[in-house]
Amino acid sequence: MLNINNLSAKIENKQILNGLNLDIKAGEIHAIMGPNGSGKSTLANVLSGKKGYKISGNIKYQNKDLFKLDIEERAHKGLFLAFQYPLEIPGVNTSNFLKTSLNAIRKSNGKKELDALEFLKIVKKKVTELKIDEKILNRQLNVGFSGGEKKKNEILQMSLYEPKMVILDETDSGLDIDALKIVANGVNTLRDKDRSFLIITHYQRLLEYIKPDFVHVLMEGKIAKTGCSELALELEKAGYAKI
Amino acid sequence: MREKEIERIKEYKYGFSTDIENIKAPKGLNKEVIKFISNIKKEPQWMLNWRLKAYERLQQLKEPDWQKPKFPKIDYQNLYYYSAPKSMKDKPKNLDDLDPKLLETYTKLGIPLQEQKRLNNIAIDAVFDSVSVATTFKEKLTEKGIIFCSMSEAIEKHSDLVKKYLGSVIPLTDHYYATLNSAVFTDGSFVYIPKNIRCPMELSTYFRINASETGQFERTLIIADEGSYVSYLEGCTAPIRDENQLHAANVELIALDNAEIKYSTVQNWYPGDKNGKGGIYNFVTKRGACRGKHSKISWTQVETGSAITWKYPSCILQGDNSIGEFYSIAITNNYQKADTGTKMIHLGKNTKSKIISKGISAGNADNTYRGLVDINSKSFNARNYTQCDSLLIGNKCGAHTIPYIKNKNSSANVAHEATISKINDEQLFYCNQRGLNQEEAVSLIVNGFCKEVLQQLPMEFAVEAQKLVGISLEGSVG
Repeated sequence: MLNINNLSAKIENKQILNGLNLDIKAGEIHAIMGPNGSGKSTLANVLSGKKGYKISGNIKYQNKDLFKLDIEERAHKGLFLAFQYPLEIPGVNTSNFLKTSLNAIRKSNGKKELDALEFLKIVKKKVTELKIDEKILNRQLNVGFSGGEKKKNEILQMSLYEPKMVILDETDSGLDIDALKIVANGVNTLRDKDRSFLIITHYQRLLEYIKPDFVHVLMEGKIAKTGCSELALELEKAGYAKI
Repeated sequence: MREKEIERIKEYKYGFSTDIENIKAPKGLNKEVIKFISNIKKEPQWMLNWRLKAYERLQQLKEPDWQKPKFPKIDYQNLYYYSAPKSMKDKPKNLDDLDPKLLETYTKLGIPLQEQKRLNNIAIDAVFDSVSVATTFKEKLTEKGIIFCSMSEAIEKHSDLVKKYLGSVIPLTDHYYATLNSAVFTDGSFVYIPKNIRCPMELSTYFRINASETGQFERTLIIADEGSYVSYLEGCTAPIRDENQLHAANVELIALDNAEIKYSTVQNWYPGDKNGKGGIYNFVTKRGACRGKHSKISWTQVETGSAITWKYPSCILQGDNSIGEFYSIAITNNYQKADTGTKMIHLGKNTKSKIISKGISAGNADNTYRGLVDINSKSFNARNYTQCDSLLIGNKCGAHTIPYIKNKNSSANVAHEATISKINDEQLFYCNQRGLNQEEAVSLIVNGFCKEVLQQLPMEFAVEAQKLVGISLEGSVG
């Protein structure tokens, strides 16, 4: 699904990623942990195509050169990033935004665009499944949302667009236990043999609910250690200092 | 068509011109030209006298120069003040007699005039250069006693109403461009809604400038008699031309006791090319008088075109408990400039006004909101709420907010809020990540920003306006 080879990234001459290698196969869940400033969010940004980085190395996504695709083309091809800080867009109705996005993705994949009624049916089903309050649909996109509501809205979108490669960038940060369960439930529901996840997190807590296949420790811009889910527990106890 | 021309039409799809034979007044501005205009329109003597009085007054006036957008001096002697399709000389009695080239022009603009293709529930007056070429749904409106016709026809057939109200809101002596209009105005729309009648459809005028080196000076007069209601919309386009063309219209609205007028504008005159060459100078005077008690006038404008937009649709709140509203979206891209806003003059007791202005600048454009809230000493318990929001796209454009507040009554309550923001890269990144391309993302964010104003437009036009907002900003984010 995603093959990262010797990836380095600089921003304003500051080296952030430094020869990172990572291979994610279809159906796998990978968790990335690491101290602040180790390059976790940069990895998420580079994967989704955010501008402003000087990049070397290469990334194959579904066997194609990822760097040849624009941000929206990556999204059309099933790459979804759940933002650490979802953006507020005043005046734009959440439901309308979700519909516009979903239709843009559908259209690029040669599928029929949904009309308002068809969309509403689908989105209502999703909010019920995910136990999200459907009132957020009629509010302005992320405006005045609590931290938890913003993250739930990301999970709702993830669930709606049915992506192939999901990157969760500290989606669990700042969530109470109920919201955390909603996030985990969203991921577990979507988990399937054709879909991969890259979960960036600070805490082992989320991984109690989502069982990853691999846990990686990111330090100084590269993977310092890889293990199975027990590694997360060790880190929780001993910290990153010993690695 | 030359390749270059095709390229430009892509940028402004209304930029084509119609090759049609015209009757023009001799070039220049003088008494003879005014007599020519009055004569060709077969006007009564009182109308000619009125025009000449305005012309006399004009000689003593100077063009205002306090506006933010500066422009080279206009040579008024080098303009045509009247240009009309030759086929309009012997007024066609119905659409079958109308020059097919004219019908085709309007069809191309998306404004079909033929009976079978008409837009549902919208009556249209089509103004081409200096004349009104057709008005639709006339019979249906006549049944209710509603008068909707060209200004020329109103002068001929409803002279009592015209005499009584013309110039009663914008006096002959008002200011340079308004007075110029009074001297040389050619055509426009006239509306009268009788007592206690709710106009059953949207009334609309579509203005088209076609001829080159021609100014368009139209005049619109709308009177809503006691207890009546009307919603009126105007749309404007012009061909792509390298020279700047002047459009100086006057619009007067009068609302009597308990009457309401809703006036919406979607202005999409040719804005000039990417380098700021050509485009319309849109110097328009629009003013409404809430003359009766409990009357209401609401202006909504979506200004996306023109090289320079310079206008302040205003409300004079004379009647007690009257209400004035102004909702505005002004979008400037490339080298466009806008200096627009409103004046709310509170005279009566318990009068209320509301101003919502959304200015958007992109490219090298400059956008100014300028507004006046004036509360007279006898206007007790007046209320005003003003909100001015500016949105910047890129780092070469400008946004300015200049609110004037004059308050002579201590019982007044005036509130002003202003914000300025930039479309930020993070918002665009977020939208792109959700599958929207740059243009779709900008259009979505800007439409969100303008939402409160777009909601005010009649349903039929809201969708069009939303698209226009997106189109006007195409290419604004690199």
